[in-house]
Amino acid sequence: MTDPVLSVRDLRVAFETRRGTLTAIDGVSLEIGRGEILGVVGESGAGKSVTGSAVIGLIDPPGRIVGGEIRLGSERIDDLPPEKMRRVRGRRIGMIFQDPLTSLDPLYRVGEQIVETIRTHTDLSARAARARAIDLLTEVGIPAPERRIDGYPHEFSGGMRQRVVIALALAAEPELIIADEPTTALDVSVQAQVITLLKRLCREHGTAVMLVTHDMGVIAEAADRVAVMYSGRIAEIGPVAEVVRAPRHPYARGLMCAIPTLSDTAERLTQIPGAMPRLTAIPPGCAFHPRCPSVFGRCQVERPEPIPVGGARVACHLYDARGEAA
Amino acid sequence: MSAAGTDAIPKSAYVEVEGLRRVFDVSKPWLNRVIEREPRQSLKAVDGVAFAIPRGETFALVGESGSGKSTVARMVVGLLPPSAGEVRISGVSMTDPRQEAARRRLRARIQMIFQDPYASMNPRWRVGSIIAEPIRAFNLIQGEAAIRARVGELLRLVGLHPDDARKYPHEFSGGQRQRIAIARALASQAEFLVGDEPTSALDVSVQAQILNLMRDLQDRFGLTYLFISHNLAVVRHMATRIGVMYLGRLVEVGPKAGIFASPRHPYTRMLLDAVPDLAHIGRARTPVSGEIPNPIDPPPGCTFNPRCPHANDRCRSEVPRLIDGVACHAVEEGRLPA
Repeated sequence: MTDPVLSVRDLRVAFETRRGTLTAIDGVSLEIGRGEILGVVGESGAGKSVTGSAVIGLIDPPGRIVGGEIRLGSERIDDLPPEKMRRVRGRRIGMIFQDPLTSLDPLYRVGEQIVETIRTHTDLSARAARARAIDLLTEVGIPAPERRIDGYPHEFSGGMRQRVVIALALAAEPELIIADEPTTALDVSVQAQVITLLKRLCREHGTAVMLVTHDMGVIAEAADRVAVMYSGRIAEIGPVAEVVRAPRHPYARGLMCAIPTLSDTAERLTQIPGAMPRLTAIPPGCAFHPRCPSVFGRCQVERPEPIPVGGARVACHLYDARGEAA
Repeated sequence: MSAAGTDAIPKSAYVEVEGLRRVFDVSKPWLNRVIEREPRQSLKAVDGVAFAIPRGETFALVGESGSGKSTVARMVVGLLPPSAGEVRISGVSMTDPRQEAARRRLRARIQMIFQDPYASMNPRWRVGSIIAEPIRAFNLIQGEAAIRARVGELLRLVGLHPDDARKYPHEFSGGQRQRIAIARALASQAEFLVGDEPTSALDVSVQAQILNLMRDLQDRFGLTYLFISHNLAVVRHMATRIGVMYLGRLVEVGPKAGIFASPRHPYTRMLLDAVPDLAHIGRARTPVSGEIPNPIDPPPGCTFNPRCPHANDRCRSEVPRLIDGVACHAVEEGRLPA
């Protein structure tokens, strides 16, 4: 990719615990271009949220980045001192979390919070910042923004609050937005509105988005490319049409088949036996091998590196040296 | 779809629900009401819900948050007394005080599975005791050895090992805990299981395991299910018939195939259109605007009218009745395109 907005190289995140060091993220590499939405999917414990937190420098102790690098544009951001990183957050990287109430202060009017964000990161006057806040609220589809700007968060419904959070994330015109399960707490009809809004804004502003979610349906509709994570590693990353329609990694394949859809007619869902390993007991070799239907000798000893297959990169020995496998 | 096919309550129905209604008092405390001169406030969580489930079938209730689907489930199993209406299971009324004895015998046959299995288990009890509790409570099997054997059998039935009886709930993953919850539900030889979002807290690959298990057990024991979910794709996989709820009312009821192939109520159509689906890569669309209104102060007439593209004056004043499986003036008048 030429000049990616975000580039993560061989990222490793570890948590020091009494039982030893747990590696939550183990060698993740990904890039996001201007105006592109990269979906990061996986089941709980796959490391998708930790990847997002690592990029914004908000990994909770005892977790810390122990390897690799994160670049925003041409600048390396994973080793910035906390005060500098604080300036990057909000100004150059916006954030949207699952529960909008955790991102909004219940004691301050919505407008005050947006104005504060704008004035922290730009040198607009109070009056200009308020006008800009109204513009932002209009842009995210809040009706009567001139009036609603003086409302408190509790006066907004769940979907409207998430729109306010999106307005906050966009306030300083960031290059990158990390959206961690932004629609999970919302009802489907409202979820559709928020996805559509997010897609439109990224296209219009050229903002790169890392969309972290467990919902493949949301990824299929919103993302341009998708990374499927398993046990802290990327199993497969590539264009959404390839990874969702014709997944290559056995885990990605199993995952797509396990999801009930509105169109399938099968009586039984295809199920992957077992569950994702705990961080204390990640199997040697390929982390997926105990559950994999196509496992062979090499999978148990040697960890597969991501290799290009078609338009995607797949970390699976099945594709090694053989190119496209069956 | 004929009227007889969708609406008439089958004679052999195992579960019959009629005119179910539940009103919650959400008034402020008495002193505040007096000082602020405010009247009592009530919230109609469920209003006029009726359906029937024939033995061995799955009836699914879908709806967004606040639609009243969980309240219906709680009333059906008897966790919450209805404000009005009746629930009959296997011919026994769950509300009639004269049928108390019959109801006690039936209780063991009705079990509920909750969204969060961990919250529904005592963390200090071993799994064996958790599963054996209904057996002991209803005095179904005598003798410790026989109970232990039955618990082992139940664990194997849900895909766990009999030795797991010695472990505690925290030693299991979410999917395994839900298996334990299902084993406990089956322990009392249940015939009717009410699942309130039983797979919503699970990862998709585990969800598939639990849904498959529930279907297998249904086939094997002829279980009847009331399945509550907000996930239309899951409902499509599980249900025989589906009821769509909106703000406490059933807006559409019908066989699964009909609901998904030709939804008639504008809300059902909107809901189906809004679901993000794997088949819709990069879909651009115009989502329906608006959100579910505040149930304390619902709009007059059809509660969906502020969001409905087909609403007219009648919709804004008159509550539509469920006719031929759909509660919509526009459908009744033939104003909706097919």
